[in-house]
Amino acid sequence: MNQSNDKPDVRRLQRIATKLRGNIVKMIEIAGSGHNGGAMSAIDMIVYLYFHQMRVRPDEPRWPDRDRFVMSKGHCCPALYVALAERGFFAEEVLWTLRDIESALQGHPDMKKTPGVDMTTGSLGQGVSSAVGIALGGKLDDKEYNTFVMCSDGEMQEGQVWEAAMAAAHHKLERMIVLVDNNKLQTDGPTASINNVEPIAPKWEAFGWNAHAIDGHDFAQIHEAVQRCLVPNGKPSVIVAETVKGKGISFMENQVDFHSGPTKPEQTEQALRELDERMRSLEQEEVRS
Amino acid sequence: MSRDPVANRVIYGRTLAELGAKNPNIVVLEADIAKSTNTFQFGDRFPDRFFNMGAAEQNMMCVAAGLATTGKIPFASTFVMFASLRASEQVRTSIAYPRLNVKIVATNAGVEICGDGVSHQAAEDLAVMRAIPNMLVLSPSDPVTTRIATETIAEYDGPVFMRLGRQDVPYLYEDDVQFEIGKMIRVREGDDLTIIATGHMVTQAMQAAGILAEKGINARVLDCHTIKPIDVEAIVAAARETGAIVTAEDHSIHGGLGGAVCEVVSRHHPVPVSRMGVADRFCSSGRDWRKLMAHYNLDHAEIVRQAEQLMSERKRVCR
Ligand SMILES: Cc1ncc(C[n+]2csc(CCOP(=O)(O)OP(=O)(O)O)c2C)c(N)n1
Ligand SMILES: [Mg+2]
Repeated sequence: MNQSNDKPDVRRLQRIATKLRGNIVKMIEIAGSGHNGGAMSAIDMIVYLYFHQMRVRPDEPRWPDRDRFVMSKGHCCPALYVALAERGFFAEEVLWTLRDIESALQGHPDMKKTPGVDMTTGSLGQGVSSAVGIALGGKLDDKEYNTFVMCSDGEMQEGQVWEAAMAAAHHKLERMIVLVDNNKLQTDGPTASINNVEPIAPKWEAFGWNAHAIDGHDFAQIHEAVQRCLVPNGKPSVIVAETVKGKGISFMENQVDFHSGPTKPEQTEQALRELDERMRSLEQEEVRS
Repeated sequence: MSRDPVANRVIYGRTLAELGAKNPNIVVLEADIAKSTNTFQFGDRFPDRFFNMGAAEQNMMCVAAGLATTGKIPFASTFVMFASLRASEQVRTSIAYPRLNVKIVATNAGVEICGDGVSHQAAEDLAVMRAIPNMLVLSPSDPVTTRIATETIAEYDGPVFMRLGRQDVPYLYEDDVQFEIGKMIRVREGDDLTIIATGHMVTQAMQAAGILAEKGINARVLDCHTIKPIDVEAIVAAARETGAIVTAEDHSIHGGLGGAVCEVVSRHHPVPVSRMGVADRFCSSGRDWRKLMAHYNLDHAEIVRQAEQLMSERKRVCR
């Protein structure tokens, strides 16, 4: 299940992601606020990492040799929280305390409050730099852990992302992998109409990175790209994942309005119904095969 | 024993290199001004643990945070201006909030840097850093306390901001001076009023106290090397025992040492406090730092003036 270049069990990962999408919708509705859209576009990659790739120990969250994950697009932390709970870092009930006073699950990731969170984030751009430090620390100590970072299209408007990109390449952080959740929407509208960040892969390449373009909802492609990133060649790697904001819930897909804000009760019901259907069809496929 | 004046940043660099030999976990980050901050002294000896991140201070602060999560003890240095304002949000959210073990040691504090002018004259850093929870904020005055402070923060577990000046400053202490974080050093005894100073202003305060003594005013002088947590006990004692306080800092009169002292005095023992510092204005370049300080009323003469003013106001009240 961990650090495996074996082919992933795609249907298993799809089932986990489907279940976790439901948890995201529920927790944000209970919390009364939070970011659904970008959590839905990110969740497949996060599920792949936590349920197929990363070496982590839920009973020893600070295990020094663990692979790291930095949610630089910290506003979408519900996607991380549901994965951590499912992976056993804390009980599922904790999810329903999101954003409550003194909750272990803060509105943006807090490494001191949430078991399994490797870096405090929430201010766009900072997480990519912090991940550079984490990867650099590993390199200094000849550690073999990988540092994964998730960043978003709007986030790349932050100049700090490019300061970090330059530094990671300069220090040859070949165990650092950035996953760009390129859902092409930011808070106020389409990223291309606000302050265009495209073309993305050539920018990273120009900064000295390996770049791979994939469909961020296709587990086979995610797997293949991550495995290619793990082959050391002296450069850090970026995976530019084409994604759909709100993916998996019909009324959320590509809707700027679902960047943030909870679903209304009837919307939650509909979302859960759609996800149930999806789960049933995944199970039927499983039986047929 | 008299020693030639030397800049605190030079002592910082030397001490850092010594610490590097003792503690392999210390790593140093720099933002392309190693010759000024003196981190080159560490970099020359330990190139594998020295990272010049270039002119990218925001990235540097977060990289330091990431390194701290892996058990390193990062010292991150740049000019005070860029550490405290350019990268203040990174310091706040990625270092102070998760309480990571990062030491931000910034040099070229205040107006005394002279020649470079306003873009480099940091007079807001203490106000900013003091408002950030979890931060320890230091501003040592002389080479001895700078050495001890550097050694002390290397052992302390948590985020630190330390500001150091650019110019040469005289030795005020012997090597065995009692230095404790959060405890002001009483440099001079006196009962008529108290001058609380920080950084190189402690030297000015001592000079001012000498002049005041000739005029029959006995000033107590306190070296406030720790801006946060502020030494409440020493301030309350000064207020109670001397009845008036002048604060002196190469920093804005808003939010720095003067602000911290007023916060304590107003609550615990209200007495008049007069704040000497940068008077809510931008200053200018200068070719001679002492002339520049005098020009903006940032020297011992101004401390004397404010002290006398407080004394005369007090006499009026008594009458
Ligand atoms: C430094 C900073 N500026 C602004 C914000 C407010 N903010 C939250 S999300 C967001 C943009 C979201 O767009 P994108 O980065 O593409 O993320 P996603 O689409 O995955 O939600 C902004 C501006 C922030 N969190 N940090
Ligand atoms: Mg986006």
